Amino acid sequence: MSQEHVTGRKSQNGKPKVAFFDFASCEGCQLTVVDALQTHLDLLDAIEVVNWREAATLDGWDFDIAFVEGSITRPHDEERLRRIREQAKVLVALGACADTGCVNTLKNLLPPEEVRRYVYGDRAEWYETYAARPLSAVVKVDAVVPGCPIDIEEFVEVVKALLVGKRPPIPDYPVCVECKMKGNVCIFHVGGICMGPVTRAGCGAICPTYGDGCEGCRGLIPHPNENAMKDVLDEAGLSVDDIMHYFTMFNAYREVGTGKWE
Amino acid sequence: MTTLNVNVHYVTRVEGHGNIVVDVKNGEVKECRFEVVEAPRFFEAFVRGRPYHDINHIVSRICGICSVGHSTASVRATEKAMGVELSEQAWLLRKLNFHGEILDSHVLHTYYLVAPDFFGVHSVIPLVETHREVVERALRIKKLARDLCAMISGRHTHPCALVVGGFTHTPTERELRQMRERLVAARADMDATVDLFASLPWPQFERETEYVSLRKEDEYAFIDGVIVTSDGFTYSVEDYKKVTNEYLVPFSTAKWTRHNRESYMVGALARFNNNYEQLHPRAKEAAAKFGMKPIVKNPFLNTAAQVVEMVHCLEDSIRIIDELLVRGVREEKPAPVTVRAGEGVGACEVPRGVLFHHYVYDERGLCVEANCIIPTNQNLANLNADIRALVPQILDRPQEEVRLLLEMLVRAYDPCISCATHFLRVEFV
Repeated sequence: MSQEHVTGRKSQNGKPKVAFFDFASCEGCQLTVVDALQTHLDLLDAIEVVNWREAATLDGWDFDIAFVEGSITRPHDEERLRRIREQAKVLVALGACADTGCVNTLKNLLPPEEVRRYVYGDRAEWYETYAARPLSAVVKVDAVVPGCPIDIEEFVEVVKALLVGKRPPIPDYPVCVECKMKGNVCIFHVGGICMGPVTRAGCGAICPTYGDGCEGCRGLIPHPNENAMKDVLDEAGLSVDDIMHYFTMFNAYREVGTGKWE
Repeated sequence: MTTLNVNVHYVTRVEGHGNIVVDVKNGEVKECRFEVVEAPRFFEAFVRGRPYHDINHIVSRICGICSVGHSTASVRATEKAMGVELSEQAWLLRKLNFHGEILDSHVLHTYYLVAPDFFGVHSVIPLVETHREVVERALRIKKLARDLCAMISGRHTHPCALVVGGFTHTPTERELRQMRERLVAARADMDATVDLFASLPWPQFERETEYVSLRKEDEYAFIDGVIVTSDGFTYSVEDYKKVTNEYLVPFSTAKWTRHNRESYMVGALARFNNNYEQLHPRAKEAAAKFGMKPIVKNPFLNTAAQVVEMVHCLEDSIRIIDELLVRGVREEKPAPVTVRAGEGVGACEVPRGVLFHHYVYDERGLCVEANCIIPTNQNLANLNADIRALVPQILDRPQEEVRLLLEMLVRAYDPCISCATHFLRVEFV
């Protein structure tokens, strides 16, 4: 992606125009963007926000960079996402819902009719829904900010990279690397369970640092050794069902795709 | 005769997707409602079959603003189901973490989402140029609240260390002392916040309704307690369905609730009205600056009640830290869990009002039934009743003014529509 590619349609003040959109999500990643401004208020000097429903009464559809939070869960979401894609020079999946499908895709493991009836009873047909999926299942995604929620510093690095026309640096090594660098005691050595060996780093190993095992919210690294990971979990005393719980908690779409819904 | 047509597709500066529809022909109100159009996510369905220790981490993802609230209600439900008792230290840390989230959410709502309406701008962003000191104050309080949460459970959005039985991490006494200093220093920012919001021209509108909240004997209730209503009803949290009585309406992906009247209100104003006496004296002083004493019937003042609660949470956080330091902080692990079949209801006053999580577990500790009732759902009927009452009073005003007032009313409720569409369930079989 060239610099011209990103900054080609500058606003009158010369800043690239940025828009935020969301689909099915908790909107925690956009909130983390709001929090990023606490320490990086100067970001607003480098960009012009033209559309951000959660934080502003702005509805501009002339933008260069679109940050999109959330999973696609309804057929008519696709139309809106394609419209965003057509407009954006760079489309960024903001957070795990957009990047991997996150916990939204847990429903894909269960029969659709039963899921809808459980929540909406005999009114299930009032509510449109289909298998949850990441953005990349519908449109081309140019860059991602992984994690549930996103990491503030990583988000800022991604924005900086996009502004100078570089591909954002997202780690392809596992959480274990960051955990070791922090000098943490391994969660497995204190009787816990951790998906750190196969999960993409970049979060600073925050969960193990606070005493809780990694749950894989940033998605798996490229070419993870899943069999070795399953052996480790087996040695830790987990049943096959329990092992699947860990592999599907944040990564059900990777395991089953649209699953029982198609 | 007046003809009005207001159609706000996706109200901005609220969490989630909602529309306002008002249709008035020749002075007669034909349509007038707030619709929820957020995509449903089916959390209640898909937590079934999953182990008890994963549930709080999954349901925290319902909401990025009140994830400490969802986590806390979730672990309380599981702790009751499994008979887990918390240490006193864990209880103090739970309350302190909760105060951090109330502070964080209220500063977001008051400064970032509501204040732009009074400054006549589309968001907080233009205020960086025109009212930099206001924005910087908001950012300071927000960072303080976020750091308070992070000190205890790792991060505010989707806490890592908040688990069944307590916490997997203990803050150090040094961290607590530093946080105490920052909280004390923030009193000046809080005073300025009260003065700013007390000086705003709040819309004048009143409507009688029922206010529902938790109540505890010894403190302004946020976690556990009993359910009370301003119409004089009291229920145990296990009987929450006697209050909520959920039903579905066609234009909303969120369920509605009703109790003694056609609707009831939850949230900061309900807590203020029901539990005013237990507020910290400084919070009562703040309320006096708004001229507020129970019962306040103006829903726009829900935002003012949030400012009052910010003062309370700041002061009570200082008190809790003092108590922790006097007791001495010990490095603790979560209380052990003996897995068993059981059922439990967790109830918390999250920023937008009372939240219920209800689970049934089998003997392996797998969740077999789940139900959650979200504050925003409980407010939808009341918000719509307010819209129906307000519109006829403002029909003679220009359409843009009507539109702005209705948007401000929706925002005053601080609706969290993502939450509202995530946990909807009819009946346990």
